[in-house]
Amino acid sequence: MKTNESEKRSDLETITGATAVIRSLVAEGVDTIFGYPGGAIMPIYDALYDFQDQVHHILVRHEQGATHAAQGYARSNGKVGVVFATSGPGATNLVTGLADAYMDSTPMVCITGQVAASLLGTDAFQETDVINITTPITKWNIQVTKAEDIPGAIAKAFYIARSGRPGPVLVDITKNAQFAEFEYEYKACDYIRSYKPVPELNTTSIEAAATLINMAKRPYILCGHGVLIAGAEKALLELAEKAQIPIASTLLGLSAVPVDHPLYMGFLGMHGNYSPNINTNECDVLIAVGMRFDDRVTGDVKTYASQAKVIHIEIDAAEINKIIKADIPVLADAKAALEALIPHVNPAVRPEWLQSFKELDKQEDEIVNQPELYPTEGQLKMAEVVRMISERTNGEAILVTDVGQHQMIASRYYRFKNPNTNITSGGMGTMGFALPAAMGAKVGAPHKEVVAVIGDGCFQMTLQELATIYQTQIGVKIVILNNNFLGMVRQWQQLFFDKRYSSTEMTNPDFVQIAKGFFIPGKKVTSREEIVAAIDEMISHDGAYLLEVVVEKEDNVFPMIAAGAPISTIRLQ
Amino acid sequence: MQKEYTITVYTEDRIGITNRITVIFTRRQINITSLTTAETEIPGVYKFIITVMSTRELLDKVVGQIERLIEIHRAFVHEEEDVVYQELALYKVSTQSLDKGNIEQIIRENNAKIITVDPNYFVIEKTGHQQELLDMLKQLEPFGIIEYSKSGRVAIVKWSRRFHDHLKELGEKVEDNLNSISV
Repeated sequence: MKTNESEKRSDLETITGATAVIRSLVAEGVDTIFGYPGGAIMPIYDALYDFQDQVHHILVRHEQGATHAAQGYARSNGKVGVVFATSGPGATNLVTGLADAYMDSTPMVCITGQVAASLLGTDAFQETDVINITTPITKWNIQVTKAEDIPGAIAKAFYIARSGRPGPVLVDITKNAQFAEFEYEYKACDYIRSYKPVPELNTTSIEAAATLINMAKRPYILCGHGVLIAGAEKALLELAEKAQIPIASTLLGLSAVPVDHPLYMGFLGMHGNYSPNINTNECDVLIAVGMRFDDRVTGDVKTYASQAKVIHIEIDAAEINKIIKADIPVLADAKAALEALIPHVNPAVRPEWLQSFKELDKQEDEIVNQPELYPTEGQLKMAEVVRMISERTNGEAILVTDVGQHQMIASRYYRFKNPNTNITSGGMGTMGFALPAAMGAKVGAPHKEVVAVIGDGCFQMTLQELATIYQTQIGVKIVILNNNFLGMVRQWQQLFFDKRYSSTEMTNPDFVQIAKGFFIPGKKVTSREEIVAAIDEMISHDGAYLLEVVVEKEDNVFPMIAAGAPISTIRLQ
Repeated sequence: MQKEYTITVYTEDRIGITNRITVIFTRRQINITSLTTAETEIPGVYKFIITVMSTRELLDKVVGQIERLIEIHRAFVHEEEDVVYQELALYKVSTQSLDKGNIEQIIRENNAKIITVDPNYFVIEKTGHQQELLDMLKQLEPFGIIEYSKSGRVAIVKWSRRFHDHLKELGEKVEDNLNSISV
């Protein structure tokens, strides 16, 4: 026996496990929960009824929506996103969101109801083995079968979810544990003996990194999501400015550096900018900060930056040397590492190196960007719509994107000004992410404009959340870029499958009518003349609004690096 | 190059920890060829000894991903020469066939011993490496093997002194009591 049969303490209140769940969440500072009730979580929902003044529960229309909303919430305001779901199908519907949050390092705590402990393993009604289902896609999970274990499990869940490299945690609570009474006491968790979330900074590796940077002629910073998570944006810029090091961003690193910063060279990867990709294979020292060398960034690993010495600043030891060998691994929180690095780095100027980006930019600008951003004839292009959204929101909105062509276009052309204003599904590429994530982002940052840019295919994966938006009166702006195609798949079919458009053309419903059915006003725009006014109308509307923009049907996203090809083979057309 | 490696993993005493470890191997299509686990001398800390056929490069990454798990203390990859190891086999042989040869000599030469005798059968125990255990199995075959059972690997790491101190320190640190197997 390991539990201490402690004496009854008169100062402790006796409450049910269900009430303890809510009290524990309140103790963790939770004021917002996205969820959906059901049989096995009913005691918790019943307890929630008494805490309506402290906890705002947002009733979603599908548990997947709750997970993405919690992700959007966490990414817009930095707190842990919290989800409630019932057992069985409620729990399995969390799977996509958990996997997405795990890939994209998003702090989230999901609490699922479970059948009574006596029924576990018996194939009871709505019983599913959610612990084993979610083991590979959660940072941690636990099944709680006794009321007295609830506070400890929740405390641990929050500590794990938000510390180190953040991630999703699932706490599965059997119904008997929710009903049982016990003496409640809450202690926040700040230590687990087998878990070291933040590595100690190794000063030798910092000095080695500085030496390498000081010797470099063409150093180059890759800014990843870890910069935003660590709040290292200022330190990153300080380092870059001091030694005049150009910066490029991964998809999830976007918004860490303002797009108009002179050292910001653009977006990396398969559909990223031309110069950041080309010059990855030209730099002599690559400083990768808080990123994991995703295959969409590296293309062919063998030829990726093979000429460069690599400094990899990363909090998760498992990411170091996983894809790209680090000459100088710096296992650390990005902010701590960069701040330690700055004093050791010498000021430098490198006009030629910086100029080399500008020259490549010129090519991309002429061949891709100008025609995409400022077309004068033909159908509307996604890029010009994104440009106008960017202009009309002054680059200050939180941009939430789904997955596919519109995502790449929005990531390429939205001119981010402030950190944490880019919310997208990066690692998982979850279609249907944006609508619920935007909803959560707006709840997390109510005073910010939140614009979801969504493809017509993606929208139809989670559009039921329009009901949540209506019921909760969440003022998100929804832009559907409708090309009546699963555009990115169609693009690949065109380029790599001989234009055999297998199951990618969509006969779509009337999106404005759909919104109307959910009492959300909207408008459909098909021409260049109407678009600015329509965007302005959307932004000035007080409350949720849906704008459908019909865009060119068979448009492609360029530049492009074919999957697994060397990044130097990036093509502009 | 693929060869046999020993992996040791030190874990907390938690329900489901085996699954958490094994899914990391299965994701990368690595087959676990043997697995031995038991509590260490430090209460609440378990040691997994896993053997696999794979490459060092891949296993270094696998071990990194195992160490990332919350309830894992440390995980290591060991080359054949880094570990002293043994496996244990039990052989159940029919007493009726004893007249078929000199079984005592086989037992003696193999440094094996008889651990149970029954009117119908007796059980021989031998420790050694996989091939030695199989060799004796072959020698015993003429006597009629009723059952053969072999353990996974038990290994001691040659350079592990410092880690043992670390383990002892762990023993002094408080663990929480959520979901322990022994509760």
